[in-house]
Amino acid sequence: MSNTDFVLAIEDLTVSFDGFKAIDTLNLYIDREELRVIIGPNGAGKTTLLDLICGKTRASGGSIKFKNTEITRMAEHKIVRAGVGRKFQTPSIYENLSVFKNLEVSFPQGRSVFGALRFKTSTEVIARIHAVAEEIGLEALLHTEAGLLSHGQKQWLEIGMLLMQEPELLMLDEPIAGMSARERELTAELLQRICRKRSMIVIEHDMEFVRRIAHKVTVMHQGKILAEGSMDKVQNDAKVIDVYLGH
Amino acid sequence: MNTIKTWIHQHQLGGLLALALLILVILPAGLDIFRLNLFGKYLTYGFVSIGLVMLWGHSGILSLGQGVFFGLGGYCMAMFLKLEASDPISTRIQSTPGIPDFMDWNQLTALPLWWQPFHSLTFTLLAVVLVPTLLAFCISFAMFKRRVSGVYFAIITQAVALILSVLIIGQQGVTGGVNGITDLKTLLGWDIRSNSARYILYFANAGLLLACIWGCMWIQKTKLGTLLLAMRDKEDRVQFSGYDVANFKVFAFCLAAALSGIGGAMFTLQVGFMSPSFVGIIPSIEMVIFAAVGGRLSLVGAVVGTLLVNLGRSYFSESFPDLWLFLMAALFIGVVMAFPNGLAGLLDSHIKPWLARRAASRQTPVAATGDPVVPASITPTQDLPLPTTIQAQPE
Repeated sequence: MSNTDFVLAIEDLTVSFDGFKAIDTLNLYIDREELRVIIGPNGAGKTTLLDLICGKTRASGGSIKFKNTEITRMAEHKIVRAGVGRKFQTPSIYENLSVFKNLEVSFPQGRSVFGALRFKTSTEVIARIHAVAEEIGLEALLHTEAGLLSHGQKQWLEIGMLLMQEPELLMLDEPIAGMSARERELTAELLQRICRKRSMIVIEHDMEFVRRIAHKVTVMHQGKILAEGSMDKVQNDAKVIDVYLGH
Repeated sequence: MNTIKTWIHQHQLGGLLALALLILVILPAGLDIFRLNLFGKYLTYGFVSIGLVMLWGHSGILSLGQGVFFGLGGYCMAMFLKLEASDPISTRIQSTPGIPDFMDWNQLTALPLWWQPFHSLTFTLLAVVLVPTLLAFCISFAMFKRRVSGVYFAIITQAVALILSVLIIGQQGVTGGVNGITDLKTLLGWDIRSNSARYILYFANAGLLLACIWGCMWIQKTKLGTLLLAMRDKEDRVQFSGYDVANFKVFAFCLAAALSGIGGAMFTLQVGFMSPSFVGIIPSIEMVIFAAVGGRLSLVGAVVGTLLVNLGRSYFSESFPDLWLFLMAALFIGVVMAFPNGLAGLLDSHIKPWLARRAASRQTPVAATGDPVVPASITPTQDLPLPTTIQAQPE
């Protein structure tokens, strides 16, 4: 395949677990500064797709290119360093550390063993931690132990930890699951703000929320793409109504 | 006085200072040289224990083969001392004078090539740290890069402990076999068996142990320490934050090995021999028990645990030699089930809150007197040594 302007270009991606094709010859292109939402019934392969992009699962075939660089067989930490950030479904934060430390550890400096030994919390790092904490609304809680945060705040903290790395592609797996209405509201605003500088892929089930944030929607079903386009187009697609949205 | 208190509190040195007081002042003042030498031996296991705190408690990697690194450090030191004890004059009755006695008994007629560098003390001191570290690096690099972890890694370390002890016993001609390397006499002409030497070695050992604890505390405070902790709790998150987690695990394993090696060398110096009985599976598991009883999250706690378990061992194994192993196993299971963070964890979760409550109920009436004002100019900085602070505050 030739070079493209896409941030992420996935072509013919396939992965099979014992003969079961969780992802089946899938093609997906993400533009710069695009916020793409992936929806689909359970078991459609949405989370597996994110696992494949970030290197957690290895593809059986096909290619994943990030900014025209093949990342299909790259080591996980190198994919991150190339600029791909991934948030897990359940909040994955360091519960025993303070919010400040959680963000500090995520700062992309001192990533080697001896680099980490020499790492100093410079004013630049502190400034960045404060900027990100303000963005995610946790500035007043910087010195709180992360385990004591509410569920919604933990989700934001993990997003903040990814923002510390300034990724060009940010992938979020069900970021508003278990959030209150108010928290969903704030999260939608947060996602809209942060996608001004980067591309994002969000997996979500809440249609209200999807309508609010999505630039484009991709519907997955049985490891394949069922439909793609604007929310209105997808919602009126006969196949989508049939397998997912229901009559 | 208050500034010193804050300084100690800020750097969490309270425990370290208490330990220093115990092993540098109280024990030497209260014990005769025979008992003190025994404590010196226990303290050499303390090096292994603090290594396990860094590796197991802090980084979540259990090793059941620390005896390997303790033994390697000890053997390196023993080889140097043995060569010094085997000069041609004192070994003139052998058929080949100038080589260690056990080689002569095994019909060796020349010193093996890999023994040669151990004529040099500098080489030996380097080897004490580097040989265990290098082996640890090879094992852990091969395992962690292949994502072997948890209980599988623990089993591999146990296998290494078995392999090395079998190897040492089997290669009697060059290792001294099951007897180990014995009859060590002098270090550069200085008789290490004399009482004065034992005192000096005890203090050198205690000082070195305190320095190692301090070094580990420093590592825990750096970003590396935070990352090791983060890795223990959420390895995926660390990996997907752009860190090569295998490298960090290798570091933790090598650090623990290097510390164990130093402990082994100090053991050889103070006890006067080294044998495979400190290398195999049983001693390696005992070392894990020392750290578990004291508290696998606390450097100072692990050393205290090491002292207590060893005291218990020397008492019980004299009175009930057959029961000791069962008792030790029961102790381990009991500790892991009842208070997984050991004695130090018990102190943090029960005794400290209780003391705080007592202090609070007592302090309420006197709180009005206020704290003494401390002039800003003598607020201690991080690198101000302790004695200077005391002079600056002649209260």
